[in-house]
Amino acid sequence: MRPFPPGIEEDAWLRLTKRARLDRRWATISLYAGIAIVAFIAGLSAAAPFLGLKDPTATDLMNALQPPSLAFPFGTDDLGRDIFARVVYAGRVDLVFGIVVTYVSLVIGLSIGAISGYFGGLIDTVIMRIVDLVISFPFIILILTIAAIVGPGLTGAYIGVIAVSWALYARLTRGEMLAIRRREFILNAETLGYSAPRVVFVHALPNLLRANLVFSMSDIVLNILTLAALSYLGLGVAPPTPEWGEMIAQGQKNLFNAWWISTLPGLVIVLAGIGFSLIGDGLADRLDESGR
Amino acid sequence: MSLIAFAGRRLAQAIPVLLIITVAAFSVIHLVPGDPARVMLGSRATDEAVQVLREQLGLDKPLVTQYLDFLKAAMRLDFGDSLFQRTAIGPIVAARAVHSLALVAYAVLISLVIAVPLALLSAIRRNLLADHVVRALTTLAFCMPSFWTALLLVLLFSIRLKFFPTSGLGDSPLAYLASLTLPAVSIGLYLTPILLRSLRASLIQTLGAEFVEAARARGFGEARILFKHVLRNSLIAMLTILGINVGFLISGAVIVENVFSIPGLGSLMVAAIVQRDYPVIVALTLVFGVVVVAANFLVDLSYALLDPRIRQ
Repeated sequence: MRPFPPGIEEDAWLRLTKRARLDRRWATISLYAGIAIVAFIAGLSAAAPFLGLKDPTATDLMNALQPPSLAFPFGTDDLGRDIFARVVYAGRVDLVFGIVVTYVSLVIGLSIGAISGYFGGLIDTVIMRIVDLVISFPFIILILTIAAIVGPGLTGAYIGVIAVSWALYARLTRGEMLAIRRREFILNAETLGYSAPRVVFVHALPNLLRANLVFSMSDIVLNILTLAALSYLGLGVAPPTPEWGEMIAQGQKNLFNAWWISTLPGLVIVLAGIGFSLIGDGLADRLDESGR
Repeated sequence: MSLIAFAGRRLAQAIPVLLIITVAAFSVIHLVPGDPARVMLGSRATDEAVQVLREQLGLDKPLVTQYLDFLKAAMRLDFGDSLFQRTAIGPIVAARAVHSLALVAYAVLISLVIAVPLALLSAIRRNLLADHVVRALTTLAFCMPSFWTALLLVLLFSIRLKFFPTSGLGDSPLAYLASLTLPAVSIGLYLTPILLRSLRASLIQTLGAEFVEAARARGFGEARILFKHVLRNSLIAMLTILGINVGFLISGAVIVENVFSIPGLGSLMVAAIVQRDYPVIVALTLVFGVVVVAANFLVDLSYALLDPRIRQ
């Protein structure tokens, strides 16, 4: 039980603490539910070769367009490929992409934003102008343009999405940096004569991580959605490599007679997205509390 | 500061941004590895054809001259010819922009109709059941790929219920509207979570403001406070939120246009990349950049119009 502050009615205080406990319990549930969902999808995908699944690229025209059944839990596509096996294997492309792109962008954006906020002045103005431009520009046009330069494919998607998504971390970090710039622990480090890189990266950065980590969870969702969209447009992962967006695109021509080809991979994207979002929500509440 | 002076200053600030965009658009063609003319024509083209194209695009001139020529031509809305369609790009873009604009406007309308009431409900019933339900739905909508939502809508409303066409554009005004409905709903659902989250936060802030307390103290009814005081003050926030997310909105439109084969700018962009039609890619990069800068300028302007404090 926390110390009872003076000047508040006892029952009002009890209500408030009960409310806070309840919120905290929800945050914990949200966090663990999210971790469970993500671990389930990631675990299946990682263990895919050992699960005795059908070959995700093997065509079997005798079994084309089979609706979901015990033999084919998610049905088969027009080439007779097992959609469940493809969805599981696709997770290896999509989840790795989402996580790698997000954390590479985080590191780039965090460093740039921290430098921008710490030094201020001309560097800050120039960096923030570029950041504003990248953020306000339609991200899909930037990524498509980069895909046009690099050539369509997974490499283009990696470069394009990182080139866009660092900017949000930079803006977020700069704001946080401005908020702690004049706090005592930074001023103390400066008074001790520590070099600017040491102050920025050793003293300030750990305090800027929290907001970035929370945001990174929704960013993973966004980045997976972007890869899926690029592959859907035929500019990301090329068939026959299974990828969630590519599978949705492949199913579109059979939407009339085989609804499962497009809808089920999409459902898996949504499930993965909800998993990461739940982790983000839980993390936001937890880190918020430990930080104050 | 007068409104005109404010507009003038904002316009002056937009010019360097526009210049950066022109440089970026101009660079696209030169960043492609190898000889651009060779890349565009493919490896089977004759050396003469490559040479002709190089001269036609001015690729044999110095880079600075090329850029200045590009800038001059762009100001006249002359973007050269499409390599694939072999006609001038300007008219192609203009014809398609109409459909994209109609689609985006329709989508914003749908998004506002969904987001504003839900954000209001969520903010008033903060941390209560209604708020939790709205937030859960927001998260769900955020995780749904726009093209997948579009296909679900087609499955339900076009294939099962036969309310709307699956693709293309209708001729009569009513058919046109009908064929834009499912695409607009898909984009609207894509945009809604983004708008709703920001709007909810801004409404909660307004609801806690002193002037709301004051209105309550004066004994005004809750409905009057909500509509006359809170919503009115959140209008500025609404505009800003829309302005910030123009890029997001356009991205949604680009993807969804391709699902429904709508002859807009988004499907043109994707086709141009597949066909390696670089002049079209350059022109569209420029057009989208200008649209975003213009949208932000208009938002700033209406912002200043609504709130005189911003002009200072």
